[in-house]
Amino acid sequence: MANPGRYYLGEGMPAPAPAIDGLDTEYWEGVKRHELLVQNCHTCDRPQFGPEWVCHRCHSFDLGWKPVEGNGRIYSWERVWHPVHPALQDSCPYLVVLVELPNHENVRMVGNLVGDPMQTVEIGAEVRPVFEDHEGSDETEPFTLVHWEVVA
Amino acid sequence: MGNRTMRGESAIIGVGETTYYKRGRSPDAEFKLVIEAILKASADAGIDPREIDGFASYSNDRNDPSRIAAALDIKDLRFSNMEWGGGGGGGSAACAHAAAAVATGLADTVVVFRGLAQGQFGRFGQGARVPHVRGDQAYTAPYGLMSPAQSFAMRVHKLFDDHGITQDALKACSLASYHHAQNNPRAVMYGRPLTPEDYDASRWIVEPFHLFDCCQENDGGAAMIFVSAERAKDFAKTPVYFLGGAVGSGNRAGSGSHNATDYATSNFKTVAPRMYDMAQVKPEEVDVAQVYENFTGGVVMSIIEHGLTSYEEANDFITFENLIAPSGKMPINTSGGNLAECYMHGLELNIEAVRQVRGESCNQVDDVNVSLVASGPMVTPVSDMIVGSEAVL
Repeated sequence: MANPGRYYLGEGMPAPAPAIDGLDTEYWEGVKRHELLVQNCHTCDRPQFGPEWVCHRCHSFDLGWKPVEGNGRIYSWERVWHPVHPALQDSCPYLVVLVELPNHENVRMVGNLVGDPMQTVEIGAEVRPVFEDHEGSDETEPFTLVHWEVVA
Repeated sequence: MGNRTMRGESAIIGVGETTYYKRGRSPDAEFKLVIEAILKASADAGIDPREIDGFASYSNDRNDPSRIAAALDIKDLRFSNMEWGGGGGGGSAACAHAAAAVATGLADTVVVFRGLAQGQFGRFGQGARVPHVRGDQAYTAPYGLMSPAQSFAMRVHKLFDDHGITQDALKACSLASYHHAQNNPRAVMYGRPLTPEDYDASRWIVEPFHLFDCCQENDGGAAMIFVSAERAKDFAKTPVYFLGGAVGSGNRAGSGSHNATDYATSNFKTVAPRMYDMAQVKPEEVDVAQVYENFTGGVVMSIIEHGLTSYEEANDFITFENLIAPSGKMPINTSGGNLAECYMHGLELNIEAVRQVRGESCNQVDDVNVSLVASGPMVTPVSDMIVGSEAVL
């Protein structure tokens, strides 16, 4: 059976950690509070993702983070059958979705689509974020992943 | 472009390949494979390998030119070059760099090489066994998006959704590569034909890629020697002239978390026109094409983005019959390519393009004068080259 554990994927997957240079510490702290953030430029007030040290539009270094407003929309998807990591041995098949955020100029984020892994996935379907808290382990700090579920 | 061009300024005079092995099966060290390939290319050209004075490679090849130069007692090292970027997107870029070096006088005799012995150095197709991931990987790997197949599958679903292209186009690319490998004794999949039924029945790796939509992983070495056009006729084989090359990708192709401005693309939309422009060749003049298969969905995008068909006609054009030599409208991957000859990170495709111009292919297309290679779809940067006969100079 797919997804038997308490998380969408098996335990022991690589844990996300903030970039060594501090670029995205706020993002990972935000999702731990169940607040999904997108990088936003203080100079031109436009979003960008993934995060970068400079705004790709106006080249300002004055960037901050803004809470994501509203739901997302499935931009593309894949159903994974072959486990490429030992932690995925009992997790296949599983769904990965690329979600665009219409209220943030359609920047995209990757996550898993919760629910039946054999569900029909429709590009354009409305989805909302689902926060999955992980306790961490001997090797990792606690962290939170952001999945998506279809809005009925 | 003005008068800045490399068209016809250099030629390939020698090619060499080791035996190609399944992943991890090479009895030889990776460095030894590279040396063997360079010596074979030198013998093919009839040149003393000590004459080599430049090296070009890609994808962080581990075999340092300074070590090679010392091992081969090279007299005068003048060019030592690496194309940035992962995957096989740098294969034709390395050829373009070699062509540029000899065209501009940086070096006289440049070898493009690639060596892989994955038994010694680990695999491409598995997720990293690390407790933490940071940077861009932090937004993908924890969600089980780790391998190359997983990184590119969503682009192909988007292509299907945007343009109505179907799984049959992917299947045709797979069947063509395996078909060609059956005439190629060098191919790892020689003697292992693939039927449409085998393809349909094969397991999913990640939808929309079946097992046979995915390249192999292999061990081996490959090398190609470039000299200036003026010198090219002094060697053993008929020269194959470098007509055009281009490297790159579109706007923000490398942005994080799959935020490329144009997503359902092989990344050749800006690159292919520059190559055709330099080569002074039109898509309809291409006689045969080697189109890098990491995954067949990228081959479909590449065929379209090189103007060999259109989005509208892709389902009708990209068929097994049209893709096979010698009878197809656009034969591709005539050695078996990454899927069925060897995943020599695509350099086997550049070598096959040379063979087609020489008339030495196992699946020879008639009267080849213009021979195209598209390296590394969907990665960034990707690269292109066109080589040709003296007749098109």
